[in-house]
Amino acid sequence: MAVARSRAARIRSNVFAYANLAPYLLFVLFPFYFMVVTSFKSNAELYNLKSIPFWIQTGAILDHYALLFQKTDFVTWMKNSLLVAVVATTVSVVISILAGYSLARLRYRGAGSFGTAVFVTYLVPPTLLFLPLSQVVVWLGLADSVLALMVTYPTFLVPFCTWLLMGYFRTIPREVEECALVDGATRMQTLWRVVLPMALPGIICAVLFSFTLCWNEYTYALTFISQSANKTAVVGVTADLIRGDIYFWGSLMAGAILASIPIVIIYVFFLDYYVSGLTAGAVKG
Amino acid sequence: MAVGPRVLEAAGLPGSGRLARLREWWEQEHIFGYGLIVPAVVLLAVLVAFPFGMAIYFSLSDYWVGSPGEFVGLANYREILGNETFRQTVQNSFVFTGIALTFKIVLGVWLAMLLARRLPLKRVIRGIVLLPFVIPTALSTLAWLWMFDSLYSVVNWTAIRLHLISPPGPNWLGQPAYAMAAVIVVNVWRGLPFFAITVLAGLMAVPREFLEAAEVDGAGSWRRFWHVTLPLLKPVLAVVILFSTIFTFGDFNIVQVLTRGGPINTTHLFATLAYQVGLQGGNLGQGAAISLFIFPLLAVVVFFQLRYIRKE
Repeated sequence: MAVARSRAARIRSNVFAYANLAPYLLFVLFPFYFMVVTSFKSNAELYNLKSIPFWIQTGAILDHYALLFQKTDFVTWMKNSLLVAVVATTVSVVISILAGYSLARLRYRGAGSFGTAVFVTYLVPPTLLFLPLSQVVVWLGLADSVLALMVTYPTFLVPFCTWLLMGYFRTIPREVEECALVDGATRMQTLWRVVLPMALPGIICAVLFSFTLCWNEYTYALTFISQSANKTAVVGVTADLIRGDIYFWGSLMAGAILASIPIVIIYVFFLDYYVSGLTAGAVKG
Repeated sequence: MAVGPRVLEAAGLPGSGRLARLREWWEQEHIFGYGLIVPAVVLLAVLVAFPFGMAIYFSLSDYWVGSPGEFVGLANYREILGNETFRQTVQNSFVFTGIALTFKIVLGVWLAMLLARRLPLKRVIRGIVLLPFVIPTALSTLAWLWMFDSLYSVVNWTAIRLHLISPPGPNWLGQPAYAMAAVIVVNVWRGLPFFAITVLAGLMAVPREFLEAAEVDGAGSWRRFWHVTLPLLKPVLAVVILFSTIFTFGDFNIVQVLTRGGPINTTHLFATLAYQVGLQGGNLGQGAAISLFIFPLLAVVVFFQLRYIRKE
């Protein structure tokens, strides 16, 4: 650093930063902590107004988790979520690689307009189209099935991934591709063997984001599916554990935790990709 | 997958047949370019552009679930605009978006400034900050639903013990102003990471020399922020704000899980009202008309975003 600072000043500055960050981190983490505490607490303690809500006094129990597996379709919901996320992500990323490469690299008439169209659809919030889509799904004969989600999720994944990947493809030097073409490779081979390996971080990022967006999706999954056995984890937990006026709080929290775990695991391992995807999505634009 | 010419020759196939011509045609830059974009264009045409057209058609017709109605012109719009619930929803949407966005901008910049320091445990802190953005929103909102429970609210419990409020405390999701506050708090909680991390990326791009030069010139930290950092952050902030405007305005998850638009419609947004009228009530025509009110704002955002991108 150009301006030399004393050790004491630096420590003071760090303490200031932590003192500011601490309340915010508490605000971020408390709901998650409270979920965990609630999910292990007995109903007697949960609904006792005199008990302290912050921790467990009468012993942790697993009943709320057991209820999920015994009295609900929780396992099926998780399977549905996984299936939908894997299929929709695969389809979307493949389509987006092709489209992203085409828009970022190839020169042809209309490329600019296609790029704009992709960007505009990227900005369309899913809530604008869920009503007509619910009818399209009926006409396609996919109503009330996980297929409805596999077909509709790419509508928001493809614009996002295409936009993200265009940014990565642009960073690859043109010369590399030209060399491959001169050496007699076809365009498809160039894309497959030369460009894709170089864009791998971008592709990983697109896969991670797509998977997360699918897993977390709520609007379409709530709208298009009514049968319990066809629900995704997010909708199953939020819908089936509230019966009329009765809230199964312990199991609601247990379900919310278990249904979030796959995403948390991926997140912990790939934090840097999330950060780069998040910023690339908005900043590279 | 295309096969190289050498493979074909080795296999004894004629190099000048139909296949070769096809391959030559396919290898042209513009043909290949169109070919690769076709799947995406077909998908977006069938599942975005077409439904959008349908939404417009629905909104102009007397369309109920299961019974395609006839064209009724602007009757749905007229009915909606005269509807008390809808007017309330318009007001809610602007209040919700305005307040939530302000908090996200101010706190987002503040948080980004703190995260830009070289702190020990920086990675861990960053990981925690992003958490609400990554966890399924509908599920984390369940935790807030429980925290705002009418009887067992931990928020009230704590505030009462700290003598900040007198028992029993507000019924968060049952009183209009409190319900709106609750919905905004959760939206800020969930949306702040996006602001913080994106602005942080913008901060990293601010050249150190600028700040050091300003420091040498005797500018205090506040003036350095106001006159050097903030102007340089403008482009990033503009993009993030535009993004967040449309997604806050079109929010569905948080309100649907937390209040379902209640109490007495005071937290309804366009999306939740459209869901209630169009799907639960079965009046697809009116539901579509309601959700189309998101469109004008979307158009404005798209306009500014595109102008910004072109400038780049």
